[in-house]
Amino acid sequence: MRSLVAPLTSLGPLIALVLACAYFASQTDRFLTGTNLSLVVQQSMVVGVMSIGQTIIILTAGIDLSCGAVMALSSVVMARLAVVNGIDPYLSILIGLLVGLAFGLLNGLLVTRFDLPPFIVTLGTLNIAFAITHIYSQNQTVVGVPPELTYFGNTFVIGQTAITYGTILMFVLYLLAAYVLRQTAVGRHIYAIGNNPEAARLSGIHTVKLLVAVYAVAGLLYGVSALLAVGRTGVGDPNAGQNDNLASITAVVLGGTSLFGGRGRIMGTLIGVLIVGVFRNGLQLIGVESVYQVLVTGILVILAVVVDQFARRHQE
Amino acid sequence: MRRGSGSRWLRAAGTARVVLALALLLGIVPMLAMVSQSASAQDKEIIVGLITKTETNPFFVKMKEGAQKAAEADGAKLLTAAGAFDADNAGQTTAIENMVTAGAQGILITPGDTKAIVPAIEKARQAGVLVIALDTPTEPMDATDALFATDNFKAGLLIGEYAKAVMGDKTPVIATIDGSTGVSVSVLRHNGFLAGYGLGEGGATPTADMSTFAPASQVVCSQDADGDQAKSQTAMENCLQANGDINVVYTINEPAARGVYTALKAAGKEKDVLIVSVDGGCDGVRMIEAGELAATSQQYPLKMAQEGVDAVVNFVKTGEKPTGYHDTGVTLITNNPQPGIDSKDTKFGLENCWG
Repeated sequence: MRSLVAPLTSLGPLIALVLACAYFASQTDRFLTGTNLSLVVQQSMVVGVMSIGQTIIILTAGIDLSCGAVMALSSVVMARLAVVNGIDPYLSILIGLLVGLAFGLLNGLLVTRFDLPPFIVTLGTLNIAFAITHIYSQNQTVVGVPPELTYFGNTFVIGQTAITYGTILMFVLYLLAAYVLRQTAVGRHIYAIGNNPEAARLSGIHTVKLLVAVYAVAGLLYGVSALLAVGRTGVGDPNAGQNDNLASITAVVLGGTSLFGGRGRIMGTLIGVLIVGVFRNGLQLIGVESVYQVLVTGILVILAVVVDQFARRHQE
Repeated sequence: MRRGSGSRWLRAAGTARVVLALALLLGIVPMLAMVSQSASAQDKEIIVGLITKTETNPFFVKMKEGAQKAAEADGAKLLTAAGAFDADNAGQTTAIENMVTAGAQGILITPGDTKAIVPAIEKARQAGVLVIALDTPTEPMDATDALFATDNFKAGLLIGEYAKAVMGDKTPVIATIDGSTGVSVSVLRHNGFLAGYGLGEGGATPTADMSTFAPASQVVCSQDADGDQAKSQTAMENCLQANGDINVVYTINEPAARGVYTALKAAGKEKDVLIVSVDGGCDGVRMIEAGELAATSQQYPLKMAQEGVDAVVNFVKTGEKPTGYHDTGVTLITNNPQPGIDSKDTKFGLENCWG
């Protein structure tokens, strides 16, 4: 049984993605084109980068509900500083990224120093970030952002397919995260904390410092996803990201990472993000109402956690 | 670590397979792309996209119904999508892109964020797609080829004139329960109402500043309640606390009117206060039938969508694009008609209502 379940957790998401692609390709000749697949990845890049942060937090048995709200705040800060205050665009981007980092640090400090559950801490910071976004932006969408802020929305052409720079950045960040999680001591320690924090502490891992760092890095990644969001839409949108916390958790779960922490893989999350993107795009192309995409996502999430539960049982 | 070396090996092998499979997938793509592009060239099906703010609001449900009917009648295929919440710009942007890829020749959209959606619309138009805004204009309005919508200023004007006729010589003490400030629909209806009543000190015109309400000393209480029933009830309760003499209430829509009526009833004042509203949803018309609401300006989401679909089909067949603003009409509904003011009764209202 074990020999059957283990590959299922790691390969299941990929099989689901390939099957979905094959299905849509059989239904419409508009699906498997370079332009369309580039579009799917482009539509997934904001939640994609955000989900890297969500994955490393969930690997420590935590969770982050604030990611979408922090992303929105970070994007409005970048856009407003550059457009309304006339600050140098690169400095604006830097400050926007720091806002994301600061919220991540805040989450990490509250979780570790006060020993609070991540769910409640990030529920709080979700509301705080949302409110600050709307107060600071006065509910106004920031238009006319300078080209430096929308760089990652630009494209280059390979063959006949236009590829967005932001998607390249997303893939690079995933590879970087995969390297750190697999090949470095820090990566192994993150898994160790998620498996058993007490054992991790006793084995000499500085768990508090590491957890704060994990939340802070996640916050910084939300800042990066904010830059991608500005690049993609060309505006600073205070209403952005309202469902992105659940979207990113969905991607992590679809990718086979356990919500109990300690088990999972970053590349699975990328596949999870792409599964959602492929269904959203594919169902639209074949003329199925968008609500069925929500239905399919729900079923896949349940399937993913059932498989995870099997894997846990057989690992004991 | 509890994991055995066996599963560690599997994980490593898994990654290799992931990479391999992705590479294969990416390799197949260009080949298939060539095949599929030649196939789609002969495709002459008319495809119309409809993107609403949300899936659930009855106004948009009716809009979708109208579009579906028109598409069937015209032999076109309808694609639909909606934002996850009212101002879900990312969701609407994604829907536009997917519909362009799906080969839609025209897209009808009720923009959730009227400014933020503009770049996505521009891209679609550059790709040769006809884009028509339904119900809500984009900012700037000419970002779309055309706007099919209710004249919201006129909708307000009709109920303003009506309220003045009913009140006669009585001094009006007015409360307004609005949408959100800065939203053009909210401002147009509000200022239209003031203009209809002969108030607003000259500031209530269709072209006045869209971000503020015109000043009027007869308006003693003005509250933003997002057109939401529960929030409107709270707002009206607070207005009554501030001024018990209120005798006319303007509401932005009928859920707001219901909230206002509930608050007035709890205070025992429902018989002394005239409530007027905008929308003409079936629930609203039934409120007029029950004597809870005096009058409403009925608008026609079904018609907006039908005419939108027809315009796209016409564009595909003849190459003619609709331009500018197209009024989809508004009718005053009341069971207490006033001399000199055109109105229809609730029988007409129920036949033409939505929701």
